[in-house]
Amino acid sequence: MSTIYILWLRQVKRYLRSRSRIIGSLAQPLLFLVALGFGFGPIYTKAGQGNYIEFLVPGVMAMSILFTAMATGIEIIWDRQFGFLKETLVAPISRMNIMIGRTLGGATVSILQGLIVFGLSFIVGFKVANWHIFPLAFISMFLIAVIFTALGTAIASLLQDMQGFQLIMSFLIMPIFFLSGALFPLNGLPSALNIVVRANPLSYGVDSLRGTLVAASNFGLHTDFIALTLLALILLAIGSYLFSKIQI
Amino acid sequence: MENIIEVKNLVKNFKDFTAVDNVSFEVKKGEIFAFLGPNGAGKTTTIKMLTTLLKPSSGDLSIDGHSSTTDKDKARHSFGIVFQDPSLDDELTAYENMYFHSVLYKVPKKVRKSRLEQLLKFVELWDRRNDLVKKFSGGMKRRLEIARGLLHHPKVLFLDEPTLGLDPQTTNHIWTYIKELNKKENITVFFTTHYMAEAEKVADRIAIIDQGKIIIIGTLEELKSKTQKDNLEDAFLALTGKKLRDEEASTLELLRNRRKMRHR
Repeated sequence: MSTIYILWLRQVKRYLRSRSRIIGSLAQPLLFLVALGFGFGPIYTKAGQGNYIEFLVPGVMAMSILFTAMATGIEIIWDRQFGFLKETLVAPISRMNIMIGRTLGGATVSILQGLIVFGLSFIVGFKVANWHIFPLAFISMFLIAVIFTALGTAIASLLQDMQGFQLIMSFLIMPIFFLSGALFPLNGLPSALNIVVRANPLSYGVDSLRGTLVAASNFGLHTDFIALTLLALILLAIGSYLFSKIQI
Repeated sequence: MENIIEVKNLVKNFKDFTAVDNVSFEVKKGEIFAFLGPNGAGKTTTIKMLTTLLKPSSGDLSIDGHSSTTDKDKARHSFGIVFQDPSLDDELTAYENMYFHSVLYKVPKKVRKSRLEQLLKFVELWDRRNDLVKKFSGGMKRRLEIARGLLHHPKVLFLDEPTLGLDPQTTNHIWTYIKELNKKENITVFFTTHYMAEAEKVADRIAIIDQGKIIIIGTLEELKSKTQKDNLEDAFLALTGKKLRDEEASTLELLRNRRKMRHR
């Protein structure tokens, strides 16, 4: 337990110390909220869909959790570069504990980012439909964070250096975000796109946040939470496996 | 005396290149063992395999009776290591780096704080304990790493070029401490170095490896008499030749260089 705690603590301390990273990573969600929220808001309302800000905020929260979680997962490459990874790998603790500690640390940091975006959303006029089920929103943030921290870890375990990072960014993170329904409603999509969206883990994350925060779920909260929990377990297993195979 | 490290027919191939070529040797419990060789001879690769970081292509190796390939967890309980290249977390303070290590290595709570303080004072970093490691000079980082490696008292201590870049005072200071640990707690020390005088002074036995093969193992006297030289440096040169060696840059070094360029 203490080893999991110490690895968690390390991630959180590093996060809290990198103010520039926190501020930098807030600019993007804020820009999305303001530019897209106010830019598309009137058209969205005219099309009879209601309030776009309410629709958009859960999507942008999911986005910032996705970006942060993937980044903390991929941090393993930096740890490899600066040598700290070796220090943890030769320690007499199980690989599982290292993986759990790192993932929980990454998840905590990502949830913090998500909560900050949530806080910011009130500036652009966001309203929570039902505060009673906010704990559920928190759980869905946690699951999204775990899924993508584990995915980042799995990928980083396979990479030797940061060269592949841009590729991951353009071919994985951006598609996951844009094809998740974070920005647009899922009804009436072309069927090919619909399949892609349904195969995308983040879609269930966005949907569960929408369901819990503004009571507008598309798949239904049951489906969302089952899908998210299963995905989290599967990715944790894959991530742990690949992590345990790292050689230096 | 029983053997605490046993290596049999160890081989490591990287694509088209054999870094460690059928190496066998033993280290006895309580010994200070020097592992010498020119650049790229296979020293670090051997240490990485012993410390479970790298999988051998073939061969057996064990620490304190636990195989480094099939019984990694148990093997890890038996050793500590100071790496050749940096392995500190720059974003943490010196104290935090030490503290994290003490938790990861399960240093008993009772002695944790006192040993931490003692070691940080020993390497004269106690006053700087709350500074982030990224502000430290190369020498200070090295001292901190050595202090960290000494935090938990393992059965075997691996030191991969521990005194590289340190001044003679610090080197002397640190070896005095390690020798004391070796005597008092019967800790086996396995180290590499390019300073022949260092090996001459502290090692009970010396192995010389070149191009992945062990050329000779023995006490200083044995090495000198076999080569008919009167010091280790001459014996070393007689055995390994005077040609300069190239070492392939590891991916890490490539990465570091690239990063340096980008930051220019």
